[in-house]
Amino acid sequence: MVAGKFSAGYGTDGGNSLALLEVHNLRKDFPVRKGLFSGTRGSIRAVDGVDFELREGETLGLVGESGCGKTTVARCLLRLIEPTEGEVLFEGEDLLKMDREALRKVRARFQIIFQDPYSSLNPRMNVGEIIAEPLRNHTRSSRGEIRDRVCFLMEKVGLHPEQARRYPHEFSGGQRQRIGIARALALNPRVIICDEPVSALDVSIQAQVINLLVQLQEEMGLSYLFIAHDLSVVEHISNRVAVMYLGRIVELATDQELYRNPQHPYTQALLSAVPVPDPEVQQRRIVLQGDVPSPLNPPSGCGFHTRCPERIDLCTNEVPAFRDLGNGHWAACHLR
Amino acid sequence: MRPEPLLSIRNLRTRFKTYEGMVTAVDRLSLDVHRGETLGVVGESGCGKSVTALSILRLLPSPPAEIQGEILFEGTNILDLTPDRIRQIRGNAISIIFQEPLTSLNPVLTIGEQISEAIRLHQGVTRQEAWKRAVEMLELVQIPSPDARAHEYPHQLSGGMRQRAMIAMALSCRPQLLLADEPTTALDVTIQAQIIDLMVRLKEEFRTSIVLITHNLGLIAGMARRVVVMYLGKMVEEAPVKDLFREPLHPYTQGLLESIPWIGQKLKTGKRLLREIPGIVPNPLEMPEGCRFHPRCPRVMEVCRKEEPPLKELNGGRKVLCWLWN
Repeated sequence: MVAGKFSAGYGTDGGNSLALLEVHNLRKDFPVRKGLFSGTRGSIRAVDGVDFELREGETLGLVGESGCGKTTVARCLLRLIEPTEGEVLFEGEDLLKMDREALRKVRARFQIIFQDPYSSLNPRMNVGEIIAEPLRNHTRSSRGEIRDRVCFLMEKVGLHPEQARRYPHEFSGGQRQRIGIARALALNPRVIICDEPVSALDVSIQAQVINLLVQLQEEMGLSYLFIAHDLSVVEHISNRVAVMYLGRIVELATDQELYRNPQHPYTQALLSAVPVPDPEVQQRRIVLQGDVPSPLNPPSGCGFHTRCPERIDLCTNEVPAFRDLGNGHWAACHLR
Repeated sequence: MRPEPLLSIRNLRTRFKTYEGMVTAVDRLSLDVHRGETLGVVGESGCGKSVTALSILRLLPSPPAEIQGEILFEGTNILDLTPDRIRQIRGNAISIIFQEPLTSLNPVLTIGEQISEAIRLHQGVTRQEAWKRAVEMLELVQIPSPDARAHEYPHQLSGGMRQRAMIAMALSCRPQLLLADEPTTALDVTIQAQIIDLMVRLKEEFRTSIVLITHNLGLIAGMARRVVVMYLGKMVEEAPVKDLFREPLHPYTQGLLESIPWIGQKLKTGKRLLREIPGIVPNPLEMPEGCRFHPRCPRVMEVCRKEEPPLKELNGGRKVLCWLWN
């Protein structure tokens, strides 16, 4: 069950590193209530059968526009929200079948960094307490050991240990993101989910945080699931990239393959729409018509057919399978 | 000799009185916007780019704001006008698009009502006529079934649709100058592409001058002809767009351009680390002595710590605020 289907490896170049995290057929439905007392009236399928794997030491980028389900995937993986269906294998064990205590133990090695450094830190705790909290909850370290570990972590992420007594509001956005990273690193995790870690930051600070993540990965052998909507940032940091649209992964390939040779019409449009910071380049943008359809009332067949410039009749009736196009390049499109 | 600019800002200084002291958000800014051009204003949060736009339209309440200097629009100083006169200009000759259309549209009025309100106010036409023009504007910004949409409220529209409605409103009186403050920042990439296309097309059609305020250098590269770079309330560099990207002069501009990843960069350079600008933007209450960028500048010299550099004008319409060029 664990290896079988994935031995070929989605989007890997036949690498021999181990899959740390395997996600099979992940689904999440949110109930929709009409009015306060009338009970459930249907549901929104936020994540609709997502499969991928994360290998040791790699960064897998997950891109997509707002509402595509990328943050829901992140939260389902850690069971911060309960998925409706699927399997999440972390080091071979299914997280979705674990009881609270087992899950708590796994979370020591499986951490997350959130987008908004303003709301994800407790304003009533000082920085030292924030970083020490996972150590207190998961280890039996003495006060002295915790203090040393906090100092070490703060230096590691580029903060001064003297700042440990300060509170989050005394720090800038970039520094707060460093605090969040230090907290995530406290228990020596193997996998970190980075959910839009730089999108709230200014350009000059963004580069600092990206560099910090890259350096930490090389030093500590971390694996990242890097979720973002900024395609240039994702390309920069990832080894492989998955593109999501309306709750499904529509394309998955190595960073080079995906950016040089995008196959899915959505990926092509998305890449062409990124403004190029060079005035000498005449951009040929593929401008998609209309908006992303509401997941409350998703289109039949391929979710992208309402905006696809290459639509054929088949697309409106049948959901395309997620197929291997060779070289670990996967796409879900009838035309490919 | 170039023709007289449409908008000419001279020594604009906008300060705010706060409990902790006086904060200078914009400090002695001078710039020109010519007819039919798109001027890009780029900078990070707190650099004063939005305050500049709000100062131009006199949208800052005073107190706490104190505005000094001159803002000449077709030769008249906007800062001298009476509230009645400025209201005649606002939304008429000069209009503005904000970043977040959900908070800047009125939630209790339909889209049609909001657009026709501006038309009625400035053009003195009847209610029916104004409504008809509002629907025409919605059609112009490519909102599908504009007749029906005009009767909807802002929350019923998607983000991209709201921004289109906002543009329709801003352009409904055919302004000579459009201030676009982060017009696509809240939008997804594919929707952003739609809005950029729309703005470029409408600019040609209406011959509107645009001041494009953004932190997105990609957007600047695609739309602007001239660029002003701001840092902590100061203009640090001004240049034609191609020159700025080809050869940035100010160390801040250089750092900014090198710190953004672009698609294909990693393949080309093979580097996994980006160049970063060290440090953080200082607190505006504790403005550094001398050049404001010196604590973060990789090429800092002794003089930078003590004295503020003068704005140096170079050939080809370039200006730079840096001791390296003096």
